[in-house]
Amino acid sequence: MNKILILFAHPRFENSKTSRALLKNIRQINDVTLHDLYEEYPDFNINIEREKKLLLAHQILVWHHPLYMYSAPALLKQWLDMVLEHGWAHGSRGNNLKDKIIFNALTIGGTKDAYTAGGHNKYTISEFLRPFAQTAALCKMIYLPPYAVHGTHLLSPSDLADYARLYQTLLEKLAQNDFDVDAMSKYDYLNDWLTEEMGANP
Amino acid sequence: MSATFLHDALIYLATAVIFVPVAKRLGMGSVLGYFIGGIIIGPFFLGFVGEEGKDIMHFAEFGVVMMLFLIGLELEPTSFWRMRRLIFGTGIMQMGATTLLCFTVLFIFDFTWQAALACGLALSMSSTAIVMQTLREKGLTKTQSGRSSFAVLLFQDISVIPILALLPLLAVSGVHNASSGHASLMEGLPGWAQTLVLLAAANAVVLAGRFLFVPLLRFIARIRLRELFTAAALLIVIATADLMIIVGLSPALGTFLAGVVLANSEFRHELESDIEPFKGVLLGLFFIAVGASINFKLIVANPITVALLVFGLIAIKATVLFITGKLSRLSFDQNMIFTLGLSQVGEFAFVLFAFISQLKILSTHWTDMMMGATAITMTVTPLLLLTNERFILPRFGTKESVEEKEADAVDARHPVIIAGFGHFGSTIGRFLRANGVHAVILDNDSDRVDVLRKMGFKVFYGDATRLDILKCAGADEAKILIAAIDSPEINLSLVDTIRKEFPHLRVMVRAKSRLDAYDLIDAGISNIYRESLDTSVRLGIDALIALGFRKYSAVRAGQNFIKYDETALKKLAAHRHDQEAYIFNTREQIEIQEQLLAADREANPTLYDHAWDSEAHAEKTSGDEPGK
Repeated sequence: MNKILILFAHPRFENSKTSRALLKNIRQINDVTLHDLYEEYPDFNINIEREKKLLLAHQILVWHHPLYMYSAPALLKQWLDMVLEHGWAHGSRGNNLKDKIIFNALTIGGTKDAYTAGGHNKYTISEFLRPFAQTAALCKMIYLPPYAVHGTHLLSPSDLADYARLYQTLLEKLAQNDFDVDAMSKYDYLNDWLTEEMGANP
Repeated sequence: MSATFLHDALIYLATAVIFVPVAKRLGMGSVLGYFIGGIIIGPFFLGFVGEEGKDIMHFAEFGVVMMLFLIGLELEPTSFWRMRRLIFGTGIMQMGATTLLCFTVLFIFDFTWQAALACGLALSMSSTAIVMQTLREKGLTKTQSGRSSFAVLLFQDISVIPILALLPLLAVSGVHNASSGHASLMEGLPGWAQTLVLLAAANAVVLAGRFLFVPLLRFIARIRLRELFTAAALLIVIATADLMIIVGLSPALGTFLAGVVLANSEFRHELESDIEPFKGVLLGLFFIAVGASINFKLIVANPITVALLVFGLIAIKATVLFITGKLSRLSFDQNMIFTLGLSQVGEFAFVLFAFISQLKILSTHWTDMMMGATAITMTVTPLLLLTNERFILPRFGTKESVEEKEADAVDARHPVIIAGFGHFGSTIGRFLRANGVHAVILDNDSDRVDVLRKMGFKVFYGDATRLDILKCAGADEAKILIAAIDSPEINLSLVDTIRKEFPHLRVMVRAKSRLDAYDLIDAGISNIYRESLDTSVRLGIDALIALGFRKYSAVRAGQNFIKYDETALKKLAAHRHDQEAYIFNTREQIEIQEQLLAADREANPTLYDHAWDSEAHAEKTSGDEPGK
């Protein structure tokens, strides 16, 4: 069994239909801790010791956030800067996060097509996520492809429910250790891996 | 004070004290207890009260008068406006259809059309007294059925005024220098003049409310004698009632109007809680009197007619109500409560029938019959509700899914109460209001209340530590109580009251100093806000900035200092009663504080910000990370 820590950052959670749908059923999963950063640190004054304890108590970490200006909301960047200290998370003596698994769970306004070389945003999501990938690598963690909900403004309630169910399945599989990192890494999105998996053995 | 008065009081109070608890124990509700008590002490059983029953009835009607004053008080124009569709929609439907059906039936049975119409109007009334009392006891006032019931009752109560005005026009004989006992200004006037007098009197009450009552109450409040305020409240009710009686109108409606006028004043809650106990006792007396006045002789003489009348009335009223409930989309459960709850003929029917008989629209015999039937339907209602609750709902009830709706209903009322609206509380009130949260505000400085109300705040005059005032302010339904009173002692006693009486309320308290904060911690409060903390630290931050600190570093130092200080407060409070430990702890805390301050200075910007601290990066020469 793996314990999962969702580091959730959304400054306007109350107005976000997508995020609320995704997180609605999450609290019921036993091994998932939902850590709502904007709720915990409205003053951006992150309690670093507490964050470290939380990180140590979990094996799988999720940076769950909307994509703002091709990156995370400011508090999550603050979190990265403050918590992932040299000598603790990285550096020759910083091995506390070694071999933990981490990925981004994203809610994105633009469609998938907009995030292609020929599209409106010119680069793919995984290209935009490179700072996260390298941060994970720096801290000796295993970085997985993102789980993403694209085109959030266009989704119907039933679409949202599908995404939420898929996210829940993903977390359950991760918690139960029912996954293979190499297989997952072949995909651009964890969504695709999941659909493939569920198609193979429903 | 005569011996008979004491004797009567003894009988009525003893009846209430004996029968009501028994009824409550048996799950029947207080109203039924009063009725049964009344019937038993009445002239046809024990005969403790006999012929004077009617006089008692007059006296006890004052309970109804007070009740209407209170209903008026609760009726702010804004909430009235919000409910307007419900009130007029269901009200017109219920009264119109009931009147029409009763009119048709009575007309077929050989009543004159005037008599049939007058009776129809009177019989369409339901009993506000019984229904409101029952709903409150069962905790149903905030449900869909409760709101619909209230709307219908309100419409009925209001429409009594035009009905009373119209009845003289129905009088067959036009002018009548009638034989009735009490003289009134209206006697001897033609119908149209009576209508005019009535409208003039109503206007007089409205004007008096605005230009006489409120200044009077302000004057009394400034004297700060609680019993004098109670006396003034009673005076207003009685004076209004008396005025109405002089012009020959229903005193209940006059006080209802006075209540509505005063609903918008700052004295609303104080008036409510002062009148409430009187109303409760007198209303009980009224119910007993109704029970005692049931004319069993008449019933024995005409058993079939009376039975048909009662059964027919309840059937007609219930049918109309059920359809009305269906149309306003009540669920089956809610509709059954609504239907059976309002199926009786109400106390205003007594008033109307008395007037009808006085105008000679209806014969004395039939008036007595109608009044008898009215009293019986009132007695039957609690039984019907009991049957519904015990036998019908468990079998056919759709176990309701009202949870979410109910939460909404609560939210719609004011979720926050602010006690004390001085410089501290008013800032909170302004901030909440700027964010769309409207709080109920209590303050006991009547001058300040006046000023703040002029500025558009919803402030009420009242002593926030009084349980009844808190109840009136909605402490039962509110979510948060903010204790922002200037005096720490009063604040503490308020907090104690709240913890005892309204344990569901989240209490947030202003503390003047560290020592007050300790007392509050001892009282079990965790949301404590020291006046001397945040503002002082903010000043300190600005001082640091003025000395050349970078702003962000100074602000972070301030944030951490507040955090540290709050932790230290809780730690110290636990040891405060143990003197030695306290001294030790204080010393230890001071040491910690010194260390912390030293550390803060060393690791500028703040103790923990290694990530931003370039010295901590000295090790990073191995190139395992991009340079900063």
